[in-house]
Amino acid sequence: MAAPMLRWGCRGRRWAFARVDGGSCHRRGAPTGSTSNQIRGESSVAQQPLHTAQKTRKGEHKWAAVVGLEIHAQISSNSKLFSGSQVRFSAPPNSLVSFFDASLPGTLPVLNRRCVEAAVMTGLALNCHINKKSLFDRKHYFYADLPAGYQITQQRLPIAVNGSLIYGVCAGKKQSQVIPKTVRIKQIQLEQDSGKSLHDNLRSQTLIDLNRAVGLLEVVLEPDMSCGEEAATAVRELQLILQALGTSQANMAEGQLRVDANISVHHPGEPLGVRTEVKNLNSIRFLAKAIDYEIQRQINELENGGEILNETRSFHHKLGCTMSMRDKEGKQDYRFMPEPNLPPLVLYDATSLPAGADPQQVINIDQIRETLPELPSVTREKLVQQYGMLLEHSFTLLNEVGLLEFFQNVIKETRAEPKKVTSWVLNTFLGYLKQQNLAVSESPVTPSALAELLDLLDSRTISSSAAKQVFEELWKREGKTPGQIVSEKQLELMQDQGALEQLCHSVMEAHPQVVMDVKNRNPRAINKLIGLVRKATQSRADPVMIKEILEKKLSL
Amino acid sequence: MLGRSLREVSAALKQGQITPTELCQKCLSLIKKTKFLNAYITVSEEVALKQAEESEKRYKNGQSLGDLDGIPIAVKDNFSTSGIETTCASNMLKGYIPPYNATVVQKLLDQGALLMGKTNLDEFAMGSGSTDGVFGPVKNPWSYSKQYREKRKQNPHSENEDSDWLITGGSSGGSAAAVSAFTCYAALGSDTGGSTRNPAAHCGLVGFKPSYGLVSRHGLIPLVNSMDVPGILTRCVDDAAIVLGALAGPDPRDSTTVHEPINKPFMLPSLADVSKLCIGIPKEYLVPELSSEVQSLWSKAADLFESEGAKVIEVSLPHTSYSIVCYHVLCTSEVASNMARFDGLQYGHRCDIDVSTEAMYAATRREGFNDVVRGRILSGNFFLLKENYENYFVKAQKVRRLIANDFVNAFNSGVDVLLTPTTLSEAVPYLEFIKEDNRTRSAQDDIFTQAVNMAVSIPVALSNQGLPIGLQFIGRAFCDQQLLTVAKWFEKQVQFPVIQLQELMDDCSAVLENEKLASVSLKQ
Repeated sequence: MAAPMLRWGCRGRRWAFARVDGGSCHRRGAPTGSTSNQIRGESSVAQQPLHTAQKTRKGEHKWAAVVGLEIHAQISSNSKLFSGSQVRFSAPPNSLVSFFDASLPGTLPVLNRRCVEAAVMTGLALNCHINKKSLFDRKHYFYADLPAGYQITQQRLPIAVNGSLIYGVCAGKKQSQVIPKTVRIKQIQLEQDSGKSLHDNLRSQTLIDLNRAVGLLEVVLEPDMSCGEEAATAVRELQLILQALGTSQANMAEGQLRVDANISVHHPGEPLGVRTEVKNLNSIRFLAKAIDYEIQRQINELENGGEILNETRSFHHKLGCTMSMRDKEGKQDYRFMPEPNLPPLVLYDATSLPAGADPQQVINIDQIRETLPELPSVTREKLVQQYGMLLEHSFTLLNEVGLLEFFQNVIKETRAEPKKVTSWVLNTFLGYLKQQNLAVSESPVTPSALAELLDLLDSRTISSSAAKQVFEELWKREGKTPGQIVSEKQLELMQDQGALEQLCHSVMEAHPQVVMDVKNRNPRAINKLIGLVRKATQSRADPVMIKEILEKKLSL
Repeated sequence: MLGRSLREVSAALKQGQITPTELCQKCLSLIKKTKFLNAYITVSEEVALKQAEESEKRYKNGQSLGDLDGIPIAVKDNFSTSGIETTCASNMLKGYIPPYNATVVQKLLDQGALLMGKTNLDEFAMGSGSTDGVFGPVKNPWSYSKQYREKRKQNPHSENEDSDWLITGGSSGGSAAAVSAFTCYAALGSDTGGSTRNPAAHCGLVGFKPSYGLVSRHGLIPLVNSMDVPGILTRCVDDAAIVLGALAGPDPRDSTTVHEPINKPFMLPSLADVSKLCIGIPKEYLVPELSSEVQSLWSKAADLFESEGAKVIEVSLPHTSYSIVCYHVLCTSEVASNMARFDGLQYGHRCDIDVSTEAMYAATRREGFNDVVRGRILSGNFFLLKENYENYFVKAQKVRRLIANDFVNAFNSGVDVLLTPTTLSEAVPYLEFIKEDNRTRSAQDDIFTQAVNMAVSIPVALSNQGLPIGLQFIGRAFCDQQLLTVAKWFEKQVQFPVIQLQELMDDCSAVLENEKLASVSLKQ
């Protein structure tokens, strides 16, 4: 397929929705592998951002990047994929290891029904064809945290194939337009996670924790993406879908979602370039950074006459660059073989379900389809229709963990207009969170408090600037309700017409020069007067009301 | 008492003629007397006596668990036994004590059977002689039988009697020797390409490979997962049926066991006549290497069926000649995979080298496995390489299907049971056997057994040398009961003689002394 050219790629902070740092598409000065390359790089374009490099070549060297992803999602289940031992994050090392997990000789895998259902669910949600018959294979390699010497996976005939994932990319001058993009899903396969190696460099030993041998969904995304932020957005969308389905908690920080990226660059119209694999990307931010770095590195390498090796690289988040993992064994031959201890996995649908089949023994695809929960795309659509918000606002609400729920709780409790709520939640509330790098769950302001505040605003009890003040007070976690803050700080709007007229009078008397200016038709002078009156009311007066009084008094 | 069948001794226990403890002690003492046979790797004396004590209590309280309660049994040392060392006759697993029982072991214990010990085998069950284990070869009790010795005396060429002992066949030779020498009433073997039937034929026993999927493999340390079946070695067909009854059935821990309900218990009717039977004689099994004695017994057996009214027809299994090479590819491939877990990290042998994990793996595996195992791992990995997979592994799988279809076609053509030899000839002396390498021997010795799913070997008669010869009955998958019923009828007709070991048992000390001499001469 034709990959979009990189120069169309995301520039600057385009995707507020993808929780990635702005500008990550354009890493500068990707250092190349060897010193000589670096020197050559300096004399040419290595230090230049990509689009500049292209300009200097006058379109001759347009590069397109091609990015595919392999995503491993740990299945959220009570027990492991092939054994009855429990699954729990951060359990003491090796405390949840069955004889099978430890690969004791003579033990056999027994497939976990829940994991199969999770795979079917995920496949359906990603528009996949569900294979009614799928097979398990052994993938062999020696590694200390792979006690059997092989991993059980689905290489030949996976459980789901040929799906698609639609994610939204923002475009337009104000980034206010969401353009849907599609990435094809090659397959979803069930496989067993390996254990975990903990390297103790001090004592030069490696400790193995076999707790982790849980079920994985490997989701293979076709190379339909062209830069880090597209990949990051696609992964974020997948993460939301998995979480909505409940098939994976998909928390990258806890290793529940791990991404490997296959990256190559080529000239459009020419065959694809040699690809590298960047492994172990464990946050969406690093994923985008690593991909963009790697794209730039490959372009630099090629433009400097170098070549790209088909190799595995890792991303060093502190250095911000990818490095060859220098796999000592060279190219691995995994010596795939059918797993002889697991019969083919057979699934049924309403038409193929044998009569009188024991529901405990069969899995019915149609039944699972009926129980699919609402997917993020539908949730967003509903938000747009129900509350009249912009599509990109719905993206933001879903992308921030817990924000949608917060928003809905505020909506439930307030009389304020949904648009007002949207604006407060996305601008004020989210702004404060971002500024202090807090998660929604860590917010000092509860949905009820915000709802009450918006009610006060809605009933014109306080002005919007007073509301901001109240919000700031709420953020201090002093345990006061908005109502209490308003009365303590006397922030109510002055409704008393007489008192306000008295104040206006005093202000005019105190500032005769400004009054003169007004009378001399200086259009700004009236605003100055309004400001002075407001100040005198400690911003508690409605500026519209002040203006009316002043105009009357000045007989304008 | 020791010479009786399982069914007979079970009746004696029920009638109080003997107690489980007495029976257990008799067997233990015989195990000690026959130690030179090298049938056992581990004798679980304490466990057995404790189990006997419990069994005795049950009998006293009238709460016997059934036919197997108080019956001494032995288990091949590739079945996991909780708290009892399980070595697979390999350096790799010396000292490995599993924390769990194989399902079949657990089922036998649940029925009250007494576990006498773990029996010897070829390392990781790779062999057909029980000569290639780290604990040394197993000796065929028939080497010391009156029947064999008398024949040898007649033979002027016979050399030193005691260095001329015979192999048991394998790989379940320890289990076969244990049952044959009366140290237990039944033993578990494992059968992938003949490992139970082959030693049964050489040791004058019934050796049964049940249908794949009927008996759980959980806890059996695998050779070829897709062909391994726990095997049963007994002195008669009825005994095999009793043991099968205890073992058969689905196991949630083994996904390849079938959920079909099975008829329990496996009571075998006594066939009054065989006139409704159709016996197939596969013409491809008449190979030039087949000894004339075996061939003649085979045709006599066919005649017997025919004369009793059965229909005996020649059938063709056209892909038979490919079975050995097909088996080789599939077996070594799975072996390469199954052996990958033995890396020295968690259990079993670990070398002293610690410069790197990779160096540790390499040295551990070099020290832990014998040449046969390493050779099969090497070939298997070759067949599984990306560039070879299609040409070898996939082709072998296709050939396996063709071979399996041969059998299906034969059965669909109306044949109930196939009658074939079990081995080419009777057991050979050890010194003769080791002239050929393990691979050559396995290919020859398992020629009739490798491709077969469900079959039983029945001892038929003694050869001119006074050694047992077995014939094999092959049945349709999951028609185990039918097959054993036919075998039982046949067993009754042939009246195979009991091994006469009295002399050996009376004169153990003499044998043991000679034994020392024999081993000295071997070293020279």
